[in-house]
Amino acid sequence: MLLEVKDLRVQVRPEDEEAEGAVKEILKGLSLAMNAGEVHAIMGPNGSGKSTLSHVLAGKPGYEVTAGEVLFDGEDILELEPEERAAKGLFLAMQYPVEIPGVAYMQFLKVAVNAQRELRGEEELSTPDFMRLVREKAQKLGISMDMLKRPVNVGFSGGEKKRMEVLQMAVLEPKLCVLDEIDSGLDIDALKVVADGVNALRDASRGFLVITHYQRLLNYIEPDFVHIMVNGRIVESGGKELALKLEREGYAAFQDAA
Amino acid sequence: MADQDTIRQVEELKKYKYGFETQVETEKAPKGLNEDIIRFISRKKDEPEWMLQWRLDAYHRWLQMEEPRWAKVHYEPIDYQDLHYYAAPKKKTIKSLDELDPEILKTYEKLGIPLREQEILAGVEGAPKVAVDAVFDSVSVATTFREELEKAGVIFCPISEAIKKHPELVKKYLGSVVPVNDNFFAALNSAVFTDGSFVYVPKGVRCPMELSTYFRINERNTGQFERTLIIVDEGGYVSYLEGCTAPMRDEHQLHAAVVELIALDDAEIKYSTVQNWYPGDEEGRGGVYNFVTKRADCRGRNSKVSWTQVETGSAITWKYPSCILRGDNSVGEFYSIAISNNAQQVDSGTKMLHLGKNTKSRIISKGISAGRSQNTYRGLVSIHKKATGARNFTQCDSLLIGEKCGAHTVPYIQVKTPHAKVEHEATTSKIAEEQLFYCRARGIPEEEAVALIVNGFVREVIQKLPMEFMAETQRLIGISLEGSVG
Repeated sequence: MLLEVKDLRVQVRPEDEEAEGAVKEILKGLSLAMNAGEVHAIMGPNGSGKSTLSHVLAGKPGYEVTAGEVLFDGEDILELEPEERAAKGLFLAMQYPVEIPGVAYMQFLKVAVNAQRELRGEEELSTPDFMRLVREKAQKLGISMDMLKRPVNVGFSGGEKKRMEVLQMAVLEPKLCVLDEIDSGLDIDALKVVADGVNALRDASRGFLVITHYQRLLNYIEPDFVHIMVNGRIVESGGKELALKLEREGYAAFQDAA
Repeated sequence: MADQDTIRQVEELKKYKYGFETQVETEKAPKGLNEDIIRFISRKKDEPEWMLQWRLDAYHRWLQMEEPRWAKVHYEPIDYQDLHYYAAPKKKTIKSLDELDPEILKTYEKLGIPLREQEILAGVEGAPKVAVDAVFDSVSVATTFREELEKAGVIFCPISEAIKKHPELVKKYLGSVVPVNDNFFAALNSAVFTDGSFVYVPKGVRCPMELSTYFRINERNTGQFERTLIIVDEGGYVSYLEGCTAPMRDEHQLHAAVVELIALDDAEIKYSTVQNWYPGDEEGRGGVYNFVTKRADCRGRNSKVSWTQVETGSAITWKYPSCILRGDNSVGEFYSIAISNNAQQVDSGTKMLHLGKNTKSRIISKGISAGRSQNTYRGLVSIHKKATGARNFTQCDSLLIGEKCGAHTVPYIQVKTPHAKVEHEATTSKIAEEQLFYCRARGIPEEEAVALIVNGFVREVIQKLPMEFMAETQRLIGISLEGSVG
């Protein structure tokens, strides 16, 4: 099993420790299991906890896990730092990729690749090998090398940012890709490009967890399984036809189940 | 009258002779500052009479002055009579790096300093020659350098040597940019300075090497009261780098250097500093107090001076490298990175004084505060009545790491002609949690992520440093901010 989430309960830690009543439970006993090679989609309305799930999987600070387990490749990763999870092959493509002024994309990628290798106890990738790797992957995604000289995400369009997230995925070669609303802010052309990039990375050893509001994305990235998430829980799971049902009936039909 | 003078001098000689006899052997003057101490220093340096008088004059002016209190730094009052003002430059030597504090070794490693060079820095016996061979694969690069400089007519020597060998130059220029009574610390330096560099680049000569290269393989001047004088004659050029990325420990807590630069017509000086003095422990105890006066006089037409500084060390930094843009069309630049962590206090900036027509200045200041440190940019842009067509661009960016540090920007702008253009931009930002998480989610550990983000923030300034120091400085920035998050 690539990923196993068992009865996960998560609350948001209040900013001010002494503030009372600020604790809010967001994931309320969520369970999910997926194998390598599978694409799972999680769909849900605003505020259902989709992004929280992706953040908790990646280890973002600010959340408190009160119950449950997350097993990645059979290992409980909840105590691991975000960078350790990344080095083990967990990748989160972000809804809002962050700008890092002054840091060239190429440099950022190189630091990331070698940081992961170091955490795994592997040798550093030499600069020529690294350049070759990036050039090859960028070419496949139609990303120019000029783009990689620019500071990370600074002045990038929404489509460019997402395409670069896919490039990072291609270069870092994770085992599990969590795509957090990768379709948000994209027009149809940009969406196709990003989806093609993702599809090119699909293989038997890799899993994808695709989080989205809209069925539209799933026309391009075809899932093996679809889960409907409402109010911090998976309320229904099924094949890709479930997404179509959702599209027809809306989330209201599933709210009752929650 | 003449007799009386003679008597006084003989008396003083006696005083010196008997007063310091034993100390002469130990090569250390007793604590305290008075005329005798200054005479002692001057004599130890075998200086001509005019130099002694110059020092004494500075001393008397210093006595009338008060320590400045306007900077945003706090420290216990310094007892100036409780310091040694002269100690022979006795260097502790060790036999191998194994004898060195492992913490320092670790830092050398992180900085990526080659092993042989580490030995020079640590003062390992007999290291320099080996190091020269190792670094440059040649028998005696130092000698080659010296010969090459001499051939070009460049004078590069300790200032004490220049006082004796080139008195006409020293007399003409010393104190001409930073007058002895300029400020409290400059006056103190003028009275007691013991060490420093002198550079003279003659007309039309481009100094054939970066003087940083020279320093890289030779001993650095790390005197307590350093005095540097650089003169570039018409059409000349020099690039000079002082300091070192490796941590500098010093038993002297008070440092008060003076640096004077003079650029004549069409001359250009590039002065870079990497300062990494001991900042003290986490509470700031035992750290170096760095009170520096650095000023350049763009005396000639079309002259240009660039200051680039990377300040990471010291418990207290009080430093404002400045440019007097006297010559028409002269250009002054100030590129600064000031990093403070733990209990460090930095009050630094620049002064651009536009006197000549069409003078230009550019200020890029990047302050990074972490821990409980306080980091102040203090700058003056002054455009005088006759400086028509003057232009200034100032950009001050501050980056905060954590919740307990402070960043302050104090820009003074005075414009006395309507025919000038002054721009000031300032930003203050925090390293966002989102940025850190983004990096970490890609596998970059937190401290490395901070170093990466900060290096991006200071990129514009790093690029102004001599090539060979860029990578090392980037690593230094990471090391300086260790422990600033989490």
